[in-house]
Amino acid sequence: MTNASHRFSEASLGEPTATLDDSRFSQGETAPPRYRVLAPDGSYDPDDVPDFDDETLRELYRWMRLQQVFDERMVNLQRRGEMGTVATGRGQEASIVGCSFGMERRDWLLPYGRELAALVRHGVSMRDVLLYWLGVPEANRLPDSNSLPYAIAIGTHVPVGVGYAWGLRLDGEDRIVTLFMGDGQFSTGEAQTAMNFAGVVDAPAVFFCLNNQYAISAPSEKQTAAHSVAQKALAWGLEGLRVDGNDVLAVADAMRQARELALDGTPVVLEAVTYRLDAHTTNDDPSRYRDEAEVDWWRERDPIPRYRAFLAAEELWDDADEAALDEDLNAQFDAARAEVAAFETGGVEGLFEHVYAEPTPALEAQLEDLRDFLAAHPMGDGYIEERPKG
Amino acid sequence: MTDRQLTLVQAVNDALHVAMAADDRVMVYGEDVAEQGGVFRATEGLQDAFGSERVLDTPLSEIAIVGTAVGLAMQGHRPVVEIQFSGFLPPAFNQLVQNVGRVRWRNQGTEAAPMVVRTPYGGGVRALEHHSESFEAAYAHVPGLKVVVPSTPADAKGLLLAAIRDDDPVLFLEPKRIYRSFREPVPEGDHEVPIGEATVRREGTDVTVIAWGSMLHYALEAAESVAASGVEAEVVDLRSISPLDRETVAASVKKTGRAVVVHEAPRSGGFAGEVIASINESAFWHLEAPIERVTGFDTPMPMLAMEDYYLPNPPRIADAIERAVSR
Repeated sequence: MTNASHRFSEASLGEPTATLDDSRFSQGETAPPRYRVLAPDGSYDPDDVPDFDDETLRELYRWMRLQQVFDERMVNLQRRGEMGTVATGRGQEASIVGCSFGMERRDWLLPYGRELAALVRHGVSMRDVLLYWLGVPEANRLPDSNSLPYAIAIGTHVPVGVGYAWGLRLDGEDRIVTLFMGDGQFSTGEAQTAMNFAGVVDAPAVFFCLNNQYAISAPSEKQTAAHSVAQKALAWGLEGLRVDGNDVLAVADAMRQARELALDGTPVVLEAVTYRLDAHTTNDDPSRYRDEAEVDWWRERDPIPRYRAFLAAEELWDDADEAALDEDLNAQFDAARAEVAAFETGGVEGLFEHVYAEPTPALEAQLEDLRDFLAAHPMGDGYIEERPKG
Repeated sequence: MTDRQLTLVQAVNDALHVAMAADDRVMVYGEDVAEQGGVFRATEGLQDAFGSERVLDTPLSEIAIVGTAVGLAMQGHRPVVEIQFSGFLPPAFNQLVQNVGRVRWRNQGTEAAPMVVRTPYGGGVRALEHHSESFEAAYAHVPGLKVVVPSTPADAKGLLLAAIRDDDPVLFLEPKRIYRSFREPVPEGDHEVPIGEATVRREGTDVTVIAWGSMLHYALEAAESVAASGVEAEVVDLRSISPLDRETVAASVKKTGRAVVVHEAPRSGGFAGEVIASINESAFWHLEAPIERVTGFDTPMPMLAMEDYYLPNPPRIADAIERAVSR
């Protein structure tokens, strides 16, 4: 029970020790182990394979490929000037999709930017994902998706997610909140203080760390002296889990268990150790801060071929499946683009709506001023039209 | 309904009891609010009356207190959180900007975070460093957030109940210098005062004095003192900083032709600037003299030994009134 009256006990102070060494804590020399089912070449011990039915095993692959194909096509659009800045999940598909498969559809998902496949699986339309990166405000409506818009301001969604999860517990709902977080987020005050708070109010929350080794250009060792993100859970009284983030079976299995822990009142930090194969965003040039040899090392651990080798060994996937999937994913993307092209954005009224439940007199006056200006000077005498759009 | 003689802080407490009894979605949490009843006793008795799921003490984290309230509110709870002193609210400014004031707009009206952040603000109680700040102008600058400052016990109750029931998030700044300085009749039971409506506390014809919070009372004292020399000042209590009731201000200034704006916050970028700009837009051709302002200085809020030099007081306000009417 949270917030019960404080009752002092000597036992709560810990056992006295005669030497300081017995009262010393250390993180040791290296990071804690990571749970892994599939080796980088896709080999595995059949006894270790978590219990997923064959269709789920195939679906895991389809959704990883969806992330990959849609990411690649969005980047191509950006390169052609038909899209704003884009952040992809390249290399992190197993973490993103594995997390999604460990969740239930009724859970809440709070993303930060790279989790396209998880969002689409949760009910966000691909059209809205594209509209978001095009900067169209309507993209944030997210109807019936149990998700919130990307937390672009790093760490700011963590207190909100904790409050949301706390409320789910108070209402006796059998649901959790999953917060996607990058490794850099764990350095922010907002994330840290909210995770501490989560432990006190028993929030059914999973803090899913997509540890892709970089926060833009800052590698993990410049982010924290801790050997892992998962170990930070200890200080806040949470459970920590650590998993090979390029192994979709391990991630999905770990997330299922994290979800159960969270529902039982123990928030979890689940660290998926992965790698950002792409740039931070399409505006970034990673050759300025990391070696190609390092990237090559990780390319050999790409989660997609690894998992495809497993499916092939299980005789669940072949070249014909692959060709059909490629065709289907590209058709889905083309359809979403067509929906984007047909989408009509609202007028300037949309800027002023929904600031408050009812517009204030000041907002009404400002809207009228803007309308008057635009009526006298259509598109600001062309100035607004001529500004670059991407 | 009958009235009871209450202090401002008692009226806050009364409003919280009424709100929690009327709506079981209302929650109260913050630092030391439950077992202790708050350092100013504003939340006294709530945990006994409504239990420890609805009234609770939290970790020492202004960020998490404000940020978690957004999540609870989005999901149907009505959090009324306390920040122990407004001097400690700035860490949560990011939550106010990124989430509290933005949720409804960002989600295009599909989500909203109706919640209240209550916090004692302002100087004059001989408190320690960092306990006496007035940054209302910064919060009034946040789109989507409402900022309310009561100056009387009856308004404190009525505005707080309105804030708790408002569909938008409200920052409720409680002028702690006048928490216990006087009592007045406060309606029992339900009592709401609409947000966004200023009120005229003293009628006059020669000059309009605009103030809020504890400064309202110094403005009234100054108005009485200049009345001895034949100057009749009208005193407007803004009550809400955001949304600002520009009409009441304009109507008064059109009548008097002169204005003085008073606040205890630093002068540059202070909320007086917005009030004066508003008068410029609505009543410029009625003005007969430049608008005066009486404010704190562009320094940090000083420690207690020096605060009486910093805070506006009735003689400083009277001085400004004399300047405004003599030009």
